[in-house]
Formats: sequence, C-alpha cells, structure tokens
Amino acid sequence: MSSETKNSVSTVKLTIDNISVEVPAGTTVLNAARQIGGDVTPPAMCYYSKLEGSGGKCRTCLVEVAAGSAADPRPMPKLVASCRTTVMEGMVVKNITSDKVKDARAGVVEFLLLNHPLDCPVCDQAGECHLQDLGYEHGKEGTRYEFERRTFEKEDIGPYIQLHMTRCILCYRCTYVADQLTDNRVHGVLDRGDHAEISTYISKAIDNNYSGNMIDVCPVGALTDKTFRFKNRVWFTKPMYAHRDCPDCCGKVTLWQRGEEVLRVTARKDEWGEVCSHEGKPGWICNTCRFDKKAASDWVLEGPADVSRHSVISQGHYTGLQKPKETLPEVMGGRAPKLMMDIHDVSEVNKIELSQLPGAATGNDFNSPAAKEA
Amino acid sequence: MARKLLLDKAHVPGITTYDVYRREGGYRSVEKALKSMSPDQVTEEVKKSGLRGRGGAGFPTGMKWGFLAKPEGVPRYLVVNADESEPGTFKDRYLMEFIPHLLIEGMITASYALGSNRSYIYIRGEYVWIAEILENAIEEAKANGWLGKNIFGSGFDCDIYVHRGAGAYICGEETALLESLEGKRGNPRIKPPFPAVKGLWGCPTVVNNVETVAAVVPIINEGAEEYAKIGIGKSTGTKLISACGNINKPGVYEIDMTISVEEFIYSDEYCGGLPTGKKLKACIPGGSSVPILPANLLLKTAKGETRMMTYESLADGGFASGSMMGSGGFIVLDDSQCVVRHTYSLARFYRHESCGQCSPCREGTGWMEKILWNIETGKGKLSDIDLLWDIQRKIEGNTICPLGDAAAWPVAAAIRHFRDEFEWHVLHPQEAQTRNYGLMHYADPIHVPNSVMA
Ligand SMILES: Cc1cc2nc3c(=O)[nH]c(=O)nc-3n(C[C@H](O)[C@H](O)[C@H](O)COP(=O)(O)O)c2cc1C
Ligand code: SF4
Ligand code: SF4
Ligand code: FES
Repeated sequence: MSSETKNSVSTVKLTIDNISVEVPAGTTVLNAARQIGGDVTPPAMCYYSKLEGSGGKCRTCLVEVAAGSAADPRPMPKLVASCRTTVMEGMVVKNITSDKVKDARAGVVEFLLLNHPLDCPVCDQAGECHLQDLGYEHGKEGTRYEFERRTFEKEDIGPYIQLHMTRCILCYRCTYVADQLTDNRVHGVLDRGDHAEISTYISKAIDNNYSGNMIDVCPVGALTDKTFRFKNRVWFTKPMYAHRDCPDCCGKVTLWQRGEEVLRVTARKDEWGEVCSHEGKPGWICNTCRFDKKAASDWVLEGPADVSRHSVISQGHYTGLQKPKETLPEVMGGRAPKLMMDIHDVSEVNKIELSQLPGAATGNDFNSPAAKEA
Repeated sequence: MARKLLLDKAHVPGITTYDVYRREGGYRSVEKALKSMSPDQVTEEVKKSGLRGRGGAGFPTGMKWGFLAKPEGVPRYLVVNADESEPGTFKDRYLMEFIPHLLIEGMITASYALGSNRSYIYIRGEYVWIAEILENAIEEAKANGWLGKNIFGSGFDCDIYVHRGAGAYICGEETALLESLEGKRGNPRIKPPFPAVKGLWGCPTVVNNVETVAAVVPIINEGAEEYAKIGIGKSTGTKLISACGNINKPGVYEIDMTISVEEFIYSDEYCGGLPTGKKLKACIPGGSSVPILPANLLLKTAKGETRMMTYESLADGGFASGSMMGSGGFIVLDDSQCVVRHTYSLARFYRHESCGQCSPCREGTGWMEKILWNIETGKGKLSDIDLLWDIQRKIEGNTICPLGDAAAWPVAAAIRHFRDEFEWHVLHPQEAQTRNYGLMHYADPIHVPNSVMA
C-alpha cells in the first residue's frame, strides 16, 4: 500500500492466522488475506473481485472470527464468508489455524464434488481448474456419496462457448459477467436447489462481443472455449503474453501456443485466477481477440506469461512463475512444517527449463541426454 | 375460555366485509394512532407490549421497528410476509381468509409508525382466493378513506399492494421475499446489509409476519400494558397455533401463552386429545423446521418442569432436550407414525425448496433425502445414521440463510431422540416395510440426572 492511500483512506489493522495486516477500511477479510498471500488466504470459488455482487455462495472461504473487533471482541457465533465480511479494527481471524474452518471447508469441498462428474480426463479445464486445486488442497481422498450423480442434458449456447452444465458449481460468476459486461443477459439460473441449472431458457445463442469472458471467470469446465475444444491439454501448451491494438478491448492477452501455432487466447490472469487489471481497469477481452485472432502474426509477443502456482503449467518451470509467499513459519510461530517429500526432487519434468525451449515441450525434450544429465 | 384478541370476531357473519368489520369496532386503532399518537409513540407502544415476531424467529417487533434507518428523503417500506409455506403452519391463511380487514388495519397503523407510504403484502401464490379477499378488503378500506392520500386529514399517505408469489417456500425468507418482490429470482441476500438499512429497492424496510402486524391492532386499542399482562415472561399476548396431525380437533387456535402443552393437546377447548386408543409419540411444536420432541420431553422439560406453550418454555433445554415456538405449526404424531418416514418427507421438502445458491444446502439437502429414502425403504446401513449426522452438522450454520439450518435441525433432532428407531429400520429392513416401531419408551417418564436437577 502506498503512503498516499494511507493518508487519505483510514486503515484497519487485524490479524489473520497470527499474521497482522493493515488494510484500507471497507476491505473484505478475503482481500486482506490475499494481501498477506500464501496459505492463509482462503480459497474462493464464487467471489471475483472484478464482478460486483459476486461471492458468498460457495462457502469455501469460510473463516472463524475469534474476535469481532477491538471495540467488541466477542467472537462471531458462526463461521463467516470471508469474501463478504468487512474487516474491523482489531479483528482476529482464524483460517488455517482453526479446526472448525478446516472441518467446515472439507465439508464444503465434499458438497461441491458430490455431484461433480469428475471427468477431468476429458475436460478442457483440467490443469487450470479451481475445483481440482480445491479438491487437492482441502478435500478428502474419497467420497461418501453412493448415489448416481446428477447430470444435465447438453445444451448448445452458440458458436463459441461450450456449456457442460453437469460440471457447473453454480458460482453465478458467468451471470455477473453477462450482467456487467454485455448489453443484455440472455442466460441465467433456472430452477432451484440441486436441480438448478445455468441455461438460456429457450436455447438461445449467447452472442455478444464480451461473452467470452464467461469462460475466463468460470472456475470449472462448465464453460469452455469451443475453438480450443479438445485441441490440447493446457499443460502441453506454452502461455505467452501478447498484445494487439484492439479497437474494442485492452488487447492484452495470453496466447496459449504449441510451437508457433496459437491454440487459444485468454485474458491474462493474476495469482488468484482472476483477470488481471491494466491501468486500474479489469483486462476483459473481446470475442474478436479471443476467438478470431488465432495467428501469431496477429499479435505482438511480449514474452513468457506469469504463471500462478494454481496452474499445472507452474510445474513446467517457466521463468514467469509467481511463487506464493511462504507464510507457514509465521503462522506456526517459527516452527517449520515437516515436508514429507519434495516433488521437485523426484520429478523428471522439473529438470527441463521449459521456457528456454524454442517451442512447446514434447516428449523428446524429456528423453534427451540433456534432460537426463540435468 | 381464554381471551382472544385476533380471532374473537372472526366468525361474526359478514366480517370479511368492511361494513360489518367497522360495526364490530374495526379501524379504531387507525383512528387512535393517526389522531392521538405520533409514529414514535406507536412504535414505543409496540415495544412496551413485548410483542415478538410471529414468523418464526420470535424477534421483538418493537425493537425491529426501532432499528429501521430513517435517512432523509428515502422512502421506507413495510412488507407483510404472507408467504406461509412451512409444512404444518396455516395460521396466517386462516386470519387472512376469515378476518382480512384485521391485517389491513394493522398494516395501516404499522405503516404510520414506520413511515411507509407504500406497503406490500407478499402472499403465497397458492393462496389464490385469499389474495382476492385481501384485494377486496383493500379496495373497501380505500373507498372508506382508510387508505390513499392524507388519511382523515392526518397528512399521512398510505397504499397497500398485494403481490403474489409463485410457489417457493424460500420466498418466505425475508430477503428472498424482497428479491422476489423486486421481480428477481428469489435468492436470499447475503447479510449484512439487513433490510432495516437496505431492503426493498435498497430502501429501509421492515418485514413482518401477518400475525405480528395483526397483533398491532389490539395493542393500540387496548394499550401495551393490557396486552403485556397476557402471557408469561417474555411471551406476551396471544398466539395463533395451527394444530394438525393425529389429534381429534385439528385447526387454528388462538391461545394466550399461559397454558401447558399438555392442556393444549388434551383439553377439549383445543386439540381434544388423540384418537381413541392412540398414544402420543412425538410432536413438532413450531412448524417443520424446529426440532421434533418425543412425548416425554414434550410435556415435561428435562428438568421435570411442566412445558408451557411459550417461547421460553418450548425452547427450554436448548436443542438437546427442547425445541422452539417457531411459526406455530403444531404437528402431533401418535404411535402409529414412523419417525424415519416422517423425517424423510421433511428432507424431501427441503431438498425441493432449497434455492441452490450455497453449496452445503444445495448438495446436502439432496444427499440427506437420498440416504433417508434408503433407510426408509430397507436399504440403509448403520453407518448411514452417522453419515446423516455428519451431513446435517456440515450444513448447519454454514449457509447464507436459515433454510440450511431448517433442513438440518429436523434430521438432527430425529436422530438425537429416535436413534433406536433408525437402527431398527436398518436392522429389520423387511419388518420396517410392514409395521412401525411404535412407541417404545418415548412416552416413559424421563430419567433426570442429578446434575440437571441441581
Ligand atoms: C426458509 C424460510 C422461510 C420462511 N417463511 C416465512 C413465512 O412463510 N412467513 C413468515 O412470516 N416468515 C417466514 N420466515 C421468517 C422471515 O424470514 C422473517 O423472519 C419474518 O417474516 C419476520 O417477521 P416477524 O418478525 O414478524 O416474525 C421464513 C424464514 C426462512 C428462513
Ligand atoms: S457455468 Fe461456470 S461460471 Fe457459470 S455458474 Fe456454473 S461454474 Fe459458475
Ligand atoms: S441456505 Fe439453502 S435456501 Fe438458503 S441461500 Fe443457501 S441454498 Fe439458498
Ligand atoms: S468465495 Fe466466499 S463464499 Fe464463495
């Protein structure tokens, strides 16, 4: 935070998992935790800072408030959704240090996965799916659900976007995109409860120059890019920052390449999986950039994309890897957690500097003598 | 006969018409309030009466009114919650159908206190004919000068509109109701902000139950002190109870909150006891969302005291051995009833009515229903009972609105008090299809541990 904002906006001090942080008044607990970064940041499946009104629904971000504020230090009776709870001076928040939170979160993850098809092997989102990450980080190894999973009829919602309702977690983000970015929302949530679904009601095509952003905000593979459908697994592609002079949008994108070929174009994402902001504005991109500009010559390449730890791409040792802050020692008051195994020591893949390769990596690169020696 | 304040005139022939209602003393409270009281005095009177919300949570009404934000130049709204969709609860229906002007009268007085110039009744869509009754009453009231501009020269304007719901229990949750009233999907809002600050169309709003608003009429007419004399402790005034299930005289009763549960069930003035040869097994005293109680904990509290029909006494013992007044839907189960089947049917209701916004409720309600169906139909396992317990535990308190809790509590209470019946179902899958577990020990006097007595 710059000193300017400190002077103009009053700030609030609180602690999250024993780490103090100072944020502008009105910040949510989740955003305060994001400011600290690392493991003390609750996972968020429905909140999206660039979409007004989002959040509060998935309940993955629940935290315990051990003290409401300095003025009223009583604990809050229930766990609260950190994405929709405003910080208070002297608030004491417990996330990974709360057993209640861990228990509730494991429950939420189980609920979210209850009816999920787990068709990751054929899902284009695999590798950059927030539900996969969530399941991996906070879930249990097995399910206790013994019933047939809920499925939905496939539905065509136009030439660019594939809807797989069966995978949807009803985060509502796509409806906020349609409300806030396009001139007319033609889809929404129909029906209610466990039979609620995202749909266009009378099978109407979603046709709007910003509709493609729904794909970027969808945390799972419910909305995917038809022009990229089954073309490649994301971890075999190479993300490159690029831009073009676009009359409609910011034109700042990530190209997902295999060799010279551009397989997919997306907006740039930050470490929370959200669309990056450029000059203070969310970097949403238009459908022309996303779906029609599929030649490298359409773009000015800037270099390897920043890759968050939330992407399997991060396992590829690209130069742009954004390492999360290591918070555990601080949370644990100096005691270091015991590492059972460092995956980086045993994985062959990590011996190759992928970003040094001219194109995308192929099996040959890993079998080369250089890789073996490294 | 106990004192009746709401339904005393409900059976006067023609009371649904304005002329008869007025002749019987109707609209006096509006006259009194508008002519001799300031809005704050009305609120103060309601505060003093001790009136608590009749919609389920029992929140003190006067205090709720006091919380209403009053920024300059912003309209305020009174919205009456007539969505009444809780299984077992049908008291508002009775009041609106038989004595509609009482609600309209209460609304005008309440609107005056709150400064609401446009007040709404959000009525359950299935109550088609009642919406028409209310609209007639509103028209009559308007024709006689009780609604409209500058009512009787007081400078106060008020209009009332009836809005029909489209068949969703969740639209009874106050913020879902407001969304629906605004023409949107009936999803509960995330609170804060509370309706008292940002309600209908972003303006300060009070949402009150039909019965709560109707009770304002006797409070203003008789005075808060008279009203507060009825009842015990913080349960003042009269309460409408809709009684149903295995009783001789199901129906809507107005009780003053001084009688015991036993008297309510067995006296001829009220439920008239159970059918001959049947024994009391269990009861849900406050509508489907509140915990079920076995007979022994229903008539006496765990401490051995007589359980009364009051907010405090019904809740005595917390969830471990008590229940809640809730919305006054009193469901009696005799020894021919099956608690497993009953719990299943409630779980099915909540699965169907969940709005689906938050994952624990959306997914958990369906899961519980499926497991309960398995147990009921003889396909259950003993581990399913613990699983159910764990699921309800993970829903409760972790959702946006109380529907999640309302879905979890009945399951929790059924397992807490009737675990042996669930186990019997699992262990006797064939037998459970043809006969009921019956009464077992649920009606036996309860053992009171010394620690509780002390
Ligand atoms: C799922 C759900 C359904 C509800 N349904 C009703 C209803 O049908 N009628 C009602 O008066 N209150 C209902 N409530 C309670 C309302 O949210 C609200 O608390 C009440 O209308 C407040 O009025 P009161 O203070 O007069 O009781 C419901 C609450 C929930 C969570
Ligand atoms: S389709 Fe995707 S973005 Fe839309 S509600 Fe479902 S999971 Fe969320
Ligand atoms: S608890 Fe259930 S009904 Fe309430 S908001 Fe969540 S999903 Fe909807
Ligand atoms: S991210 Fe907070 S509830 Fe979904």
